[in-house]
Amino acid sequence: MTFIEAPMALLAELTHRCPLQCPYCSNPLELERVAQEMRTDEWLRAIREAADLGCMQIHFSGGEPTVRLDLETLVAGATEVGLYTNLITSGVLLDEARMKRLVEAGLEHVQLSFQDSEAAGGDRIGHYTGGHEKKLEAAKLVRAAGLPLTANFVVHRQNADHLEAMLDLAVAIGAHRAEIANVQYYGWAILNRAQLMPSRAQLEAMVATVEAARERLRGVLVIDFVVPDYYASRPKSCMGGWGRRFLNISPSGKVLPCHAAETIAGLEFDNVRQRSLGEIWRDSSAFNRFRGTGWMPEPCRSCDRREIDWGGCRCQAFALLGDAAQTDPACGLSQHHAHMVEIAAEDSAAEAAEFVYRRYRNPSRVGSEQ
Amino acid sequence: MTERTVIQRDSVPRLAAHTRLRFDKARDSWTIQAPERSFMLDAIAHAIVSRCDGAATVEAIVGDLCRAFEGAPRDVIETDVLKLIQDFADKGVMAA
Repeated sequence: MTFIEAPMALLAELTHRCPLQCPYCSNPLELERVAQEMRTDEWLRAIREAADLGCMQIHFSGGEPTVRLDLETLVAGATEVGLYTNLITSGVLLDEARMKRLVEAGLEHVQLSFQDSEAAGGDRIGHYTGGHEKKLEAAKLVRAAGLPLTANFVVHRQNADHLEAMLDLAVAIGAHRAEIANVQYYGWAILNRAQLMPSRAQLEAMVATVEAARERLRGVLVIDFVVPDYYASRPKSCMGGWGRRFLNISPSGKVLPCHAAETIAGLEFDNVRQRSLGEIWRDSSAFNRFRGTGWMPEPCRSCDRREIDWGGCRCQAFALLGDAAQTDPACGLSQHHAHMVEIAAEDSAAEAAEFVYRRYRNPSRVGSEQ
Repeated sequence: MTERTVIQRDSVPRLAAHTRLRFDKARDSWTIQAPERSFMLDAIAHAIVSRCDGAATVEAIVGDLCRAFEGAPRDVIETDVLKLIQDFADKGVMAA
């Protein structure tokens, strides 16, 4: 029997609607439609249940969470039950009045995404003309409202060389924290893997830039750096362990152990419209499938890091090996690690084709339409 | 924020805006809730952080802790206090 801890945080994906079309979006290929989205009262109940279950933080995400006109109500509901509230946004829909209402509702932190350090790249990658400029405005609104700001930059081969400028931008807009996150390859990002995969030389330059900036900006800017798995020697502790610290609710109420869990074929997810969050956290077959260490194969099972990285990422094992119950091939001890390294070398050396942008349409047709 | 805050004896530390000291029932532990981070506080860390009220200097906090934890050497307490607060300041969790 695996010991079930209380979750730390709820990732609330309020909607899959978004004005941007980033080609590495973490949403599933089959985006949920507005008609499927949970109502305000359903979200409020889920939020209360998350707090009862032991969650301390809530991240309002999407899609673009500000397209939901009831966002303020949900923030107020989360504040009322003592959750620390964070808004993860592209910023392009924020204006002063909205910002004011969110602050009044109790919002405590904003994570603002940038697609590049400058408008040309940013607007192209997000496929939204004028987006970068609006983000700069949004950053001003957040800081003028007195909220702490995290600047999030997803990095890949097409913007990795701008990393220094990204960090400068983060400081210039008054961010307290910068998240430099290499693309994680699931769903949309796999469709665009060759367009996104950095080279090893780019990775080494990124690491050097981050290390120098951490020293230079100590006490000024906290820098979180997520390395690309494909070049790692040990896997990331994905979600801090499956079903251990986080839960994710999709726009329609599906409760997922991580935002990419639906990419794994064969898992069945419970819906918070039908069962309480507590029951789902404890009893859902999807949560229990990879919880703890009992499911692990070798080399994880006897590894002294098994409760550090928890076997790495299940979605990645499924994406690359077709079996989510294998060791994450990002681990150097996986017999498939060399294959992963080869993919990275090939993809990063290939000529980058056009992006397959994230849109509502039949994903099976996406590739052929480009 | 353009310069690092260096914590000294006469600094007056406090939790940064929009971080929260909160007792968590589910884990029976004091925590600091901060942007996309939670810090679990052990008894010593809580004793220090809970005294950082934006009015007391580091020196006064150390004095108060010496009275609360009789027998612990003052220089050890002072080193621990400066180290913990500086670390939290560098993480953006505390200000002075």
